[in-house]
Amino acid sequence: MAKRAAPEVNAGSMADIAFLLLIFFLVTTTIEKDKGILRSLPPIDDSQTEPPIIKQKNLFTILVNRDDRLLVEEELMDIKDLKQAAIDFLDNGGGVNAEGESCDYCRGKRDEASSDHPDKAIITLKHDRETTYGRYIEVQNELVAAYNELREREAQRIFNRSFASMLEEKEKNQFNKDEKLNDEIKRIKDMFPLKLSEAEPDKN
Amino acid sequence: MSKFKKKKGGELPAISTASLPDIVFMLLFFFMVATVMRDNSTMVENTLPAADQIEKLKKDRTMFIYAGKPSAQYSNLGTEGRIQINDSFVSLDAIQPAVFEYIASLPEELKDRIVIALKVDEKTNAGIISDIKQELREANALKIMYITGKKSEE
Repeated sequence: MAKRAAPEVNAGSMADIAFLLLIFFLVTTTIEKDKGILRSLPPIDDSQTEPPIIKQKNLFTILVNRDDRLLVEEELMDIKDLKQAAIDFLDNGGGVNAEGESCDYCRGKRDEASSDHPDKAIITLKHDRETTYGRYIEVQNELVAAYNELREREAQRIFNRSFASMLEEKEKNQFNKDEKLNDEIKRIKDMFPLKLSEAEPDKN
Repeated sequence: MSKFKKKKGGELPAISTASLPDIVFMLLFFFMVATVMRDNSTMVENTLPAADQIEKLKKDRTMFIYAGKPSAQYSNLGTEGRIQINDSFVSLDAIQPAVFEYIASLPEELKDRIVIALKVDEKTNAGIISDIKQELREANALKIMYITGKKSEE
């Protein structure tokens, strides 16, 4: 048989096929972005040392009961007032910290009966086993918001920029560390250290 | 001066579409690479609570733990909150081995930066979260993230 040249394949419909595939992938793609509240758990402490005694006035106690109601410092409170109450408590600055310095950046009432210094102020959260998770997250969210608001205020005052933008810049430059920026962030964080302790819910 | 005589007619030359498939293929490859097929389906109800003080999750070092009441198709398991890791319901004791297994699969430089992402239904009892957190503390995986939806501004 005589050798025949293979007929050329028409490639005109290639674009159509590619478009079809393209549209399929466009539709099925979900670029998932998970976001949430980042927290650190306390490590397990096996040592038998007595925990340091903390003055009652440096504790901000929040109880959430099984009906999702809040008891803050022995008083019933609505969730929307929690952030302001936490800010008032943290920002009080009524006394001195462990080094004997008074809080020169606090703008609170300097009430003797409330927290001494943001360094010492501890928020404790206790919830019932039957509290709903949604309410638990709401409370956590309000508390983180209180800290963020105070840090934001200090960042504006000292560095004249928002704390969020500083964190964003740090995130962007995570491969070439900017020591100055890290120090600045650390300074703000140390002004209002996040001290949130969570008690184990009672087992019953 | 015939050299400069005007072209006949004012017709536009047809644009060549020969490179169209190339462009489309380029886009196609981009989406093929960027697509992540959902690798596990949730067997528990999963309506996330909303929050506004949120941070981004670093996916490369994250292990997911789901919790909530079993979804309609597994309703024979009751309505009590359940824990799901990697496509199966597990008991509390199975959390620690799962965490260690996950840590072992991480590249060396991320091993001590593991983040546990908790995707928990908002109607679950918070007690189960305490139990999970206690297990995680014992496994020494201390960074956790409560995955939340974004709260719409009111």
